[in-house]
Amino acid sequence: MTAPMVRCRALRKSFGRLEVLRGIDLTIERGQVVCVVGPSGSGKSTLLRCLNHLEEPQAGRVYVDGELIGYEERGGRLRPLPDARLRRQRESIGKLFQRFHLFPHRTALENVMEGLVAVKGVRAAEARRRAGELLDRVGLADRAHHYPAQLSGGQQQRVAIARSLAMSPKLMLFDEPTSALDPELVGEVLEVMKDLAASGMTMIVVTHEMGFAREVGDHLVFMDEGLIVEQGPPRDVLAAPRHDRTRAFLSKVL
Amino acid sequence: MDATVVGPAAAGPTGSEAPEANRISHPLRPGRWLAAGVTALVLVWLGWTVAINPNLHWDIVADYQFDRVILDGLWVTVQLTVASMVIGVVLGVVVALMQVSDSRILRTGAMAYVWFFRGTPLLVQLIFWFNIALIFPEIGLGVPFGGPKLITWETNTLVTGFVAALLGLSINEGAYMSEIVRAGLRAVDPGQQEAAAALGMSRTKIMKRVVLPQAMRIIVPPTGNQFISMLKTTSLVSVIAGADLLTVAQRLYLTNFEVIALLIVASIWYLVLTTVASAGQYYLERRFSRGFGTTVPGTLRGRIARNLRFSGSAR
Ligand SMILES: Nc1ncnc2c1ncn2[C@@H]1O[C@H](COP(=O)(O)OP(=O)(O)OP(=O)(O)O)[C@@H](O)[C@H]1O
Ligand SMILES: [Mg+2]
Repeated sequence: MTAPMVRCRALRKSFGRLEVLRGIDLTIERGQVVCVVGPSGSGKSTLLRCLNHLEEPQAGRVYVDGELIGYEERGGRLRPLPDARLRRQRESIGKLFQRFHLFPHRTALENVMEGLVAVKGVRAAEARRRAGELLDRVGLADRAHHYPAQLSGGQQQRVAIARSLAMSPKLMLFDEPTSALDPELVGEVLEVMKDLAASGMTMIVVTHEMGFAREVGDHLVFMDEGLIVEQGPPRDVLAAPRHDRTRAFLSKVL
Repeated sequence: MDATVVGPAAAGPTGSEAPEANRISHPLRPGRWLAAGVTALVLVWLGWTVAINPNLHWDIVADYQFDRVILDGLWVTVQLTVASMVIGVVLGVVVALMQVSDSRILRTGAMAYVWFFRGTPLLVQLIFWFNIALIFPEIGLGVPFGGPKLITWETNTLVTGFVAALLGLSINEGAYMSEIVRAGLRAVDPGQQEAAAALGMSRTKIMKRVVLPQAMRIIVPPTGNQFISMLKTTSLVSVIAGADLLTVAQRLYLTNFEVIALLIVASIWYLVLTTVASAGQYYLERRFSRGFGTTVPGTLRGRIARNLRFSGSAR
């Protein structure tokens, strides 16, 4: 029996006095698609940022693929991981953002090549070939030489997905990947994410797209005020929420 | 503004041949015509007085424009400008990185540097550097805080007029450049660093490959202005015998008394330098606005823009 892809234990994070995560326990199996929903400020983005150690938690542990993230344990004590090893961990965890964060001074193709060249040390010609394939996979082969400013929001997010895929991640984190998009562009991004899910990628998706959660999600997590209030199969949680807070939230978004 | 063309005619060079090109009757604007007429008249009159004024000695200007001594001074001015700008930019980047670093000591050091060198006149700094031997008669390599010296030099042989000029100009420039670089760094969306970090990039690579190239778009235009202004600022070093263009022009007119003619010779060269530099600035700004403009590759505009780019670009 292999370790789960993500194991998160008693994770706590505060900014000054503000407790944003107040003890998160979460286990995600390989190949699962977990959708995270919850009101604004409930700590969803912070949770994702803790998972690849862009944010340092005050307490608790995160394991990805059995490996402790951000620290090494020696004699029962935690020490921060050397920078190079932390970077290797981040490399294996893809991250997508609400506002894409493509590199504006590089073309779509160069964006996808960037990690291959600058992190994996792949030679330019080989990186170009692989980046071309990935752009093809997200349906943007014909936009390879456009700069981000010349692409629609949906196209930019697909390039961003290709850029993440180039690192061959074992886990992908999506922070509201379609929230900044015009309604007619949401579908093309969700379509690419569906393909990813079907290919067996383990995904954590913070989203307001309940349709996607119901159709593609294996597991739904509802967060409020830094805690997981309720979780379970999306159909069950959406159809018959057990907690008042879940019910109140869902009645607003559905 | 009131003659703005709307519709197909605004679409580009082919617009005027479009079947339904707009016909626009421009209203007469007597005020503008009058102003243009007066301006033209003044220009012609100025040109004429300058051309025929016997005190301006155009024949002597022509004699000295390509004089060996003048050209040597011109070359020193170019060298001083380029070298001080290069050192100034490097210093500026280093100091700006210190200013945004996590270390309080680095930040304080950077702040003190900027405070001191922006807060005192460049002319004073130049004279200071030139007279540095009065404070430190010898410069040596060895153990600091009064320890033994391995090797020493006489300051006066080391710090010539040129070296003093270079030190003064570049260290002063570094203080200004650091503010320009810092503004550029701050203009880059923090999300860029986060995205790069999530890919697994190191801090150094994030700076070099993601942040600085984007900051360049903000940094390049004011740096071009600094360069152009430096071309003229170098003339200050004439007070410390910097052997630049103005120094040699002065040396010449002190012997032949053709003050005006030689100042005109120098001014013409300064104008040539700043004009060439302005053209260079234009192309550089283009080069660094990649991805921010609206040039679509494949269109004529896009292709021209790409042809104009410097050929040394990495990718
Ligand atoms: N770097 C930070 N410094 C201080 N407070 C922060 C920081 N990041 C987040 N917070 C606070 O933490 C709380 C949770 O933020 P978070 O972004 O995780 O919420 P969220 O669930 O993603 O909300 P949303 O749906 O609006 O994106 C908010 O109150 C926010 O203001
Ligand atoms: Mg959020």
